[in-house]
Amino acid sequence: MDKRQLGRWFPVFVLPTLAAFCVAFFVPFVLGVWLSFNRFTTVSNARFVGLENYIRAFTADSDFVRALGFSALFTAVSVVTINLLAFALALLLTRGLRGTNLLRSVFFMPNLIGGIVLGYVFSLLINGILSFWGVDITYSATYGFWGLVALNTWQLAGYMMVIYIAGLQNIPGELIEAASIDGASAATTLWRVKLPLVMPSITICTFLTLANSFKMFDQNLALTAGAPERETQMLALDIYQTFYGRSGWQGVGQAKAVLFFLLVAALATVQLRLTRSREVDA
Amino acid sequence: MTKRKRSAADRVAVVGLWVLAALFLLPVVLVAVNSFKSSLYITGAPFTLPNAHTFVGLKNYLTGLTSAGFLAAFGRSVFITVGSVGLIVLGSSMTAWYITRAKTRLMQVLYYLFVFSMLVPFQMVMYTVTYVVGQLNLDNLLGILFVYLGFGAGLSVFMLSGFVRAIPLEIEEAATMDGCSPLQCFFRVVFPIMRPTAVTVAILNAMWVWNDYLLPYLVLGTDEKTVPVAIQISMQGAYGSTDYGGLMAMLVLAIIPIIAFYLVGQKYIIEGVVAGAVKG
Repeated sequence: MDKRQLGRWFPVFVLPTLAAFCVAFFVPFVLGVWLSFNRFTTVSNARFVGLENYIRAFTADSDFVRALGFSALFTAVSVVTINLLAFALALLLTRGLRGTNLLRSVFFMPNLIGGIVLGYVFSLLINGILSFWGVDITYSATYGFWGLVALNTWQLAGYMMVIYIAGLQNIPGELIEAASIDGASAATTLWRVKLPLVMPSITICTFLTLANSFKMFDQNLALTAGAPERETQMLALDIYQTFYGRSGWQGVGQAKAVLFFLLVAALATVQLRLTRSREVDA
Repeated sequence: MTKRKRSAADRVAVVGLWVLAALFLLPVVLVAVNSFKSSLYITGAPFTLPNAHTFVGLKNYLTGLTSAGFLAAFGRSVFITVGSVGLIVLGSSMTAWYITRAKTRLMQVLYYLFVFSMLVPFQMVMYTVTYVVGQLNLDNLLGILFVYLGFGAGLSVFMLSGFVRAIPLEIEEAATMDGCSPLQCFFRVVFPIMRPTAVTVAILNAMWVWNDYLLPYLVLGTDEKTVPVAIQISMQGAYGSTDYGGLMAMLVLAIIPIIAFYLVGQKYIIEGVVAGAVKG
């Protein structure tokens, strides 16, 4: 198509979406970066303070560092539990067992339910179990931690399972046959043939579980809301509380948000580089 | 492995899988069972079945629906989800096609901006977007559709552009020769070809918008609650006064449309979610 002719159509094709993108993302993003160097309670009374907000994020109290530690530990544990369960399910559900389709549907279902709803569904279950000992999930940060891990695993395992199933089904049948003719045991076939060949799926799933767990907000708010004493508060919830929980701290909240963004972006980049280099072609 | 051994192992696997499947369903079933019990017997004894003493029939559903404004919230959620998904699919596919075909420097910059926005967590723009939206008077039911278009555009333009690149140019050139304007060319020729990817994009966005809590809470506030906001608000009610029966009913009512949607379009949903994952 003639480029000049196409140029006249820019306002029709792109402008509405671009305007929405500027309002929802671009302007708030730039404004957010700038505000992180300011002290303000409303945007109009912003006063430049340099790096003060970033320093206060770490020194004024231990909330941010504690939330960072909690999020990091939670993410590390979740990535392991989710991917182990998902991969095991995928292996079992690619053997042509009876009822495979129905089972897949059941395992995938929790993924569709939203975080707030899931959080309250789980709080009924977990508090119900804990009530036998006369406590609830806000009693100790350990309960909150494992409750969140259980919820996260329940929500994401079926999703990752579907990606692993797709990966396993892409392995050519001849390769598995050749391995078994050569006398490889089931375990050897798994380690030496299947795992290297599903590396792309492992990359995707690790990346997805990492990002989802690290950015978790709704489930955290609904299940523990940080209790007890903000000990189970993850980064996203800590940022939210800094913005809306205490007046005069908006600048610090914005500085934390910028740091959060940089961490998420760095994690995504490193993760993709690391696992890409280990992928094998069939 | 002999056939006999293998089938025995398979039988163990099947039993194990069904036990696990039951565990996966347990939380949701538990909420459903408790939604028929009187509020007093829910948090204290969630694992007991309703009996003659604790069974309240549909009372929780009636109070949950009416007192917390849940029905209105449900309607709002449907409106926002349908409206923004429609806008996102239309706006993003037009944009994706245009920036892929126009191939100017500016369009490339735009493309990378859209991709970049996928990396940014919502908390980064949470405060400022609320401010900008307030300044522009977009903090209402119609305005939020526009805001969702802006947030949904990143992933959607990215996925749809990937698809547009695979469409042979000859098809569009033939249409242009026949005297189609770019707009006709897009709607009569390109969009029909894009439909499978557009369905994927629609499903991914529908699930996100329907379940989204923070954006509608910050933009619309508590006067115009969506379903997740209504649930969160009714839980924050003064301590001890939370109506757990009503809450259970609300949770069930929030889950039912998702399950129905899933049963109807399971194939597309799983394909769509996986496609989104592979690309995102």
